[in-house]
Amino acid sequence: MSARLMQGNEAVAEGALKAGVRFFGGYPITPSTEIAEGMAKLLPKVGGTFIQMEDEIASMGVVLGASLAGRKVLTASSGPGISLKQELIGYAAAAEIPVVIVNVQRVGPSTGQPTAPSQSDVMQARWGTHGDHSIIAISPWSVREAFDLAVDAVNLAERFRTPVILLMDEIVGHLRERVELPESIEIYERRKPKSTRAEGYQPYKPDEDLVPNIANFGEGFHIHVTGLIHDETGFPVGSPKVTEESIRRLHEKIDRAGDEIIKVEESFMDDAEFAVVSFGGTARTAYEAVAEARNRGIKIGMVRLITIFPFADKILNDLASRVKGILVAELNYGQVVNEVRRAVNGKCPVKLCAKYNMQIFEPEEILKAIEDLAANQDQTYTVHSTGFEKVKDPEEVENTGGDD
Amino acid sequence: MRKQLRLSGSGGQGVITAAIIFAEAAVSEGFDAVQSQSYGPEARGGASKSEVIIDDGKIFHPHVHCPDVVLAMTQKAADKYFSDLSSDGILLLDSDLVPNVPDVSNVVRIPITRLAVEKLGKSLFANIVALGALAHLTNLVDFDAVKKAVAHRVPSHTIDQNMQALQIGWDAVEDFYNYEEKIAG
Repeated sequence: MSARLMQGNEAVAEGALKAGVRFFGGYPITPSTEIAEGMAKLLPKVGGTFIQMEDEIASMGVVLGASLAGRKVLTASSGPGISLKQELIGYAAAAEIPVVIVNVQRVGPSTGQPTAPSQSDVMQARWGTHGDHSIIAISPWSVREAFDLAVDAVNLAERFRTPVILLMDEIVGHLRERVELPESIEIYERRKPKSTRAEGYQPYKPDEDLVPNIANFGEGFHIHVTGLIHDETGFPVGSPKVTEESIRRLHEKIDRAGDEIIKVEESFMDDAEFAVVSFGGTARTAYEAVAEARNRGIKIGMVRLITIFPFADKILNDLASRVKGILVAELNYGQVVNEVRRAVNGKCPVKLCAKYNMQIFEPEEILKAIEDLAANQDQTYTVHSTGFEKVKDPEEVENTGGDD
Repeated sequence: MRKQLRLSGSGGQGVITAAIIFAEAAVSEGFDAVQSQSYGPEARGGASKSEVIIDDGKIFHPHVHCPDVVLAMTQKAADKYFSDLSSDGILLLDSDLVPNVPDVSNVVRIPITRLAVEKLGKSLFANIVALGALAHLTNLVDFDAVKKAVAHRVPSHTIDQNMQALQIGWDAVEDFYNYEEKIAG
C-alpha cells in the first residue's frame, strides 16, 4: 500500500475496521471525535453499524449489547467520557464481554483542558472501575502504531474476553504523519462453544487458558449475563468458594498470558548504563533526547512501554539489573513512575521527569534530566511553562499554567 | 534536509487545512512529514496554530523548533509566533490583517485575504492563496504536487478557483520580491 498522510485517530478507525469491528457506539468529545467520524464513514460501507447515543454511559451499554450478540465492538472517548463509562467497563470485566475502549487522553481532572495533550489517565485505565479485576491497556507512539494497536486491541479483547483500553494521547491522536499501512493483518476470531448443553456445555466454564467460550446471543444457546459474581452457569451464586475462584480466574487469565500480551520496544540499549522509560506520544520526544544524549557521550537507551497493563514487571526488574538508573518521562504529575518503582523494587534509582502544563515535552527538557541522572544528581524534575526547574519534591511545585 | 513551517491565525481562516494539504503534498513527493496543531476550545475565533515538519529522514518529536517559515494571518498570531524564527527564516504576513510588523529581517507582506476577495470573490480562498505563497517560499515541495494535493482535498466544483488561488499566492511572492528589488535598486 502506498504512503499517505494520516491522522492517529483516523488510523484507529481504519485498524479497528480491518480487525473486524462492525459496531461502534459513541458520543463525540475532543480529542477523540475523529475516531467516531471515521467509523461513521467506514462502517456503513461494510454492513456495520454506527450509532451516536445520548451520552457516554449509553454508548458503553450499547457496545456491550452488540458484543454479546457477536459483533466486534469499539467505543471512543476522552477523560470525562471515560469516567462515565467506568461502571460498565467493570461490568464487561465481570461478565467477560469483549470490548475495546479508546481513550484519547487530554488534560484533566474533570473538563480540564479539552484540546491539550496529557497522559494522566494511566492509573484510571488500570483502576478506573471498582473491584478487583484485570485489564489490558496499550499505548501507541505513532500513527502506524495506532493502526497496529487498534488491531491488537480488538484481537486481545476477543482472545481474553476482557475490556481493552487503547490508551491514546492527544499527541498521537491528532498527529498527522506519513504512514504505510500493512497489506494484511492477523485476526483472532472469537471462540464458540465446543459442545452442546446436552453434552454439558456451560457458558462460563473456562477453557484450558481460563477464558470461557461464551456463546453469542442468537446462536442457539440460552445465556444469562450478570455483573453479580456467578458460577459456570452464568447465574449468581452467593458462595465464598465461587467468589474467590471467580476473582482469581479474572486475574489469572491475563497474568498467565503475560508473555503473549506484554510488548516493549528497546532503543540504544545494547551497552546502556542508564535508561529512559516512556510511552505514547512522549516517547517520540524522549527518543530524540536519548539520541542527543548519546551524541554527548552518555550511554543511555530507551525502553518504550507499548503494553501499559498488565505492567511489564519482569522486564523492568531485569532492566534495573542492567542499568545504574532509570528516568521515567511522562506527561502527567507522576503515574507510571510508581509502577516502575514497584517493579524495580529498589534495585536502582528511578527518577521522574514530569510535565503537566498543556504542552508536550521539548527534547532539551528530557535531555537535561538525562544529564543529571547520569551525573548522579538526586533530583526529581517538573518542567514548567515558565522554564525548566528541578525540585526535591513535586508537591512543592505550583503549576503556573500554560500560555498556549 | 529539514524544513519547518508554522501556520497561524484565527480559527476558521483555514490555516490547519492549509498545513494538512502541504504535508500531504510533501508525502506524495516521498518525504516524511508530520503535521500537528493547537487551538482553543472554540470552533471559530480562537487562536489557531498548525505546524508542519518535512524531512527526508524519520521525524520523531513532532513540534517545530526554529521554523524556516512562519505564516501569520492575524496580528495576535504574528506577535505570538515569530520569536523563535530561525536566523534566515521568513515571516509571511497578511499585510492588511497584520499592520504592526514584528522586528524580523526577512518579512514577506502580501494582502492574502484581500487578494482572495478581490480576485476570487471570497475570503474562503485566503488559506489556499497563503499555501501558494508558502510553496514558493519553502522551495522544497514541487508546486505541481501542491496543486494535486489541493485538488484532491477540495470539493470538485471549487478546483478551478482553488488552482487560481494557489497561483495568486505564488505570483504574489514573485511580485513582492520584484518590488523589493526595485526599491533597493
